[in-house]
Amino acid sequence: MSVPRYWREIKYRYRLIGELCTECGAIIFPRRSLCPHCGCRELEECKLSETGTVLSWTVIQHPPKGYEKYAPYVVALIKLDDGARILSQVVDVEPEEMRVGLRVEATFRRVREDGSSGIIEYGYKFRPIIEEP
Amino acid sequence: MRPVYIAGVALTPIGEHWELSLRDLACEAALKALEKAEVERIDALYVANMGAAPLQSQLHLGALMADALGLYGLPAMRVEAAQASGGVAVHEAYLAVASGLYDSVLVIGVEKMSDALPHEVRSALAMAEDQEYTAYTGVTDVGLCALLHRLYMERYEAKPEEVAALAAISHEHAVGCPHAQYPFRVSVEKILSSPMEADPIHMLECSGIGDGAAALVLTADRGDVEIAASTVAVDHFFLTERSDPLILEAVGTASKRAYETAGISPRDIDLVELHDSTTIMGILSLEDLGFVEKGFGARYVSEGNVRRDGELPVNTFGGLKARGNPVGATGVYQVAEIALQLLGEAGRCQVEDAEVGLAENLGGVASTASITILRRH
Amino acid sequence: MKTSRPVGIIGYGAYIPMNRLKASEISRVWGGCAEPIEEKAVASIDEDAVTIAVECARYAIKRAKIDPREIGAIYVGTESKPYAVKPCGTIVAEAIGATPHVTAADYEFACKAGTEAFQACIGLVSSGMVKYAMAIGADTAQGRPADPLEYTVACGGAAFIFTLKSERTLAYLEGSYSYVTDTPDFWRRGLEMYPRHGNRFTGEPAYFRHIIGAAKGLMAELGYGPEDFKYAVFHQPNVKFPVKVAKRLGFSMDAIKPGLIVPYVGNTYAGSTPIGLAATLDVAEPGDRILVVSYGSGAGSDAFSFVVQDAIMEGRPRDLPVSAFIARKRYIDYSLYSRMRGKIHL
Repeated sequence: MSVPRYWREIKYRYRLIGELCTECGAIIFPRRSLCPHCGCRELEECKLSETGTVLSWTVIQHPPKGYEKYAPYVVALIKLDDGARILSQVVDVEPEEMRVGLRVEATFRRVREDGSSGIIEYGYKFRPIIEEP
Repeated sequence: MRPVYIAGVALTPIGEHWELSLRDLACEAALKALEKAEVERIDALYVANMGAAPLQSQLHLGALMADALGLYGLPAMRVEAAQASGGVAVHEAYLAVASGLYDSVLVIGVEKMSDALPHEVRSALAMAEDQEYTAYTGVTDVGLCALLHRLYMERYEAKPEEVAALAAISHEHAVGCPHAQYPFRVSVEKILSSPMEADPIHMLECSGIGDGAAALVLTADRGDVEIAASTVAVDHFFLTERSDPLILEAVGTASKRAYETAGISPRDIDLVELHDSTTIMGILSLEDLGFVEKGFGARYVSEGNVRRDGELPVNTFGGLKARGNPVGATGVYQVAEIALQLLGEAGRCQVEDAEVGLAENLGGVASTASITILRRH
Repeated sequence: MKTSRPVGIIGYGAYIPMNRLKASEISRVWGGCAEPIEEKAVASIDEDAVTIAVECARYAIKRAKIDPREIGAIYVGTESKPYAVKPCGTIVAEAIGATPHVTAADYEFACKAGTEAFQACIGLVSSGMVKYAMAIGADTAQGRPADPLEYTVACGGAAFIFTLKSERTLAYLEGSYSYVTDTPDFWRRGLEMYPRHGNRFTGEPAYFRHIIGAAKGLMAELGYGPEDFKYAVFHQPNVKFPVKVAKRLGFSMDAIKPGLIVPYVGNTYAGSTPIGLAATLDVAEPGDRILVVSYGSGAGSDAFSFVVQDAIMEGRPRDLPVSAFIARKRYIDYSLYSRMRGKIHL
């Protein structure tokens, strides 16, 4: 695993930083050079909403290399409350509790690690919103 | 632009070729195609491949394969567009001949997946997606399809057995196909009782892992099968950025352009090779290719319309599901299969009186779509 | 120890992972002994001291309603650092958006590393060096399988943001007191996965002597007796010790009850006393005085006296209390526990 490659994305992955298109108002994640919807190049950094709703989900039973110890895990397509969509693991949930429309919030987790001596990559995952009992 | 014809096709059986290397497979298909084509010389070589870099640590496939075939001095290159590498290589080769630059070119699609362990293959396939924000979540290519599969079932109230029917029919078609990896019947019940690969996608709804090579010679010399159209289109790379993830825009765009070029409509297509890497991708493709209205693909399939003797024969040799999916080679297999059908050389898989066939090859979750339409003369 | 300028807590947040392992499940696997708690919190496979610290830091910022860029110091007290060398503090600082104009480091003092971070933050704020300082106690505590310690070692943490006392602070500090000796009652050598301990030696000469020393020292300095405190929080490695030390110091069960979370959470090491304080603040009313005494093996105690202010009422019931995390749970068996805590090697 490449350390600079992880380091470069830290801010965006740790804090859910995306971009706002100053032309069409689209919220863009991940960041890029121009708006994928209108082509505008004037993009402002913006904090994404940390809560959202599950649009679709799946359970990865056979993970790619590096994710073995986390399997099985839920991956969902989530619509954030600001309108942006994001792909993310959903944790602290059993597959049988998953449903379209589930309300979720961002959390901070280990995503993968480079063996026992290498770098630990942290980043966002989502979980069902914790509410007062 | 001048017309381009298919002069010779060859394909190896798809499977676990423990004894054959990437190079062996490519040579086997290429030498056979060259033999059949009887062209004077080859002006350029296009090698379609997706996984040799991660799986064999091998790059520079153009020169490597040219050397293996004793083709010195000609331009040779690898074409990579993930799982759409084959279709895109055909497109590049087609352009080269149609433009008048080259007279005869060779396209080889080759993939050797059994050299690696299953999780290594899954990682290699995930390379079709953005590594920083898509593959990074731990999602697999099947996982992404599963998100679409669930959305589709929820929105259009499609039943699991309607979607799974595509896999059952594909398997039915592969029976008797000499190059198919899984040439046997599998019932819808068996498919739906197989373990979940990525909920709601069952293991038997996914294409497998296989080795294989297919080769085509394209030429400007008049032949029996013409490439009536070859188009490629891309879509938003991130599923999250598509306005409707259930619309494969790239498929719609590339196919419209192809119908226009060929001067036909979807109704004129006699048979189709679909990119059914998972059942849902095949269903969505049928809709975005214009064969059936959005939301009705699964029903259309389960009603049997895509059987070899149905209204629109699909995956006549088994498709990705049963013929096999040696990813980078798959698009070349599809075009070769359509050619075999139009030439009447499809054996037990033959569709009667087919004149126009379409091959659809996708990369990633249809971030790239390649459409090839062949017509018999 | 008294500050030169009055210092208060402007925000706090706790986090407890949702997995619970019942003590009876450990008895089932390793044979019974008296079960010291009901159940304990276990971090998921993708959680560690850093992710727990980030969670509680985020809740603390939300409660404090401050700009994280104004935080001048972040100290993480833990004995479960994911890296032997590379600070947890920098990861937390980055995750909450406090970088780069901030000082950050990790504290290690067994179970009192969290309150040791309190002391440092209080000093920096009081001196005027920083506006806000955040102290976090967070652990994914280690305990050798079949060791009695395994019943209690748990995962969780709490974060506290200190600043100069104002109308916005939730509670202010009256004074603190630290009491330290070289008492090797519990330790973990480098590269060892699990700590070792002196069994009954961890009691009288260690836990009790230091907590009582610090508590008495602070009360003497402030001129208070136990009757002056509405609540008290003592380090809670099990249920027996904090109850016993409260009794010996003259505190009632009512005084320690709100902060006594160990029966349902377990011993979260450096997170233990901070979570107890957070749970107490969740229910305290303006004017209540709280005694907090941590204990860290090796050994030492930090004692603090806080007085709750009016602003505490503003966050209720909006901000998540510790009880929300205690209520959020799913039970796991010993196999899943072994997997989550890295006791199975792939």
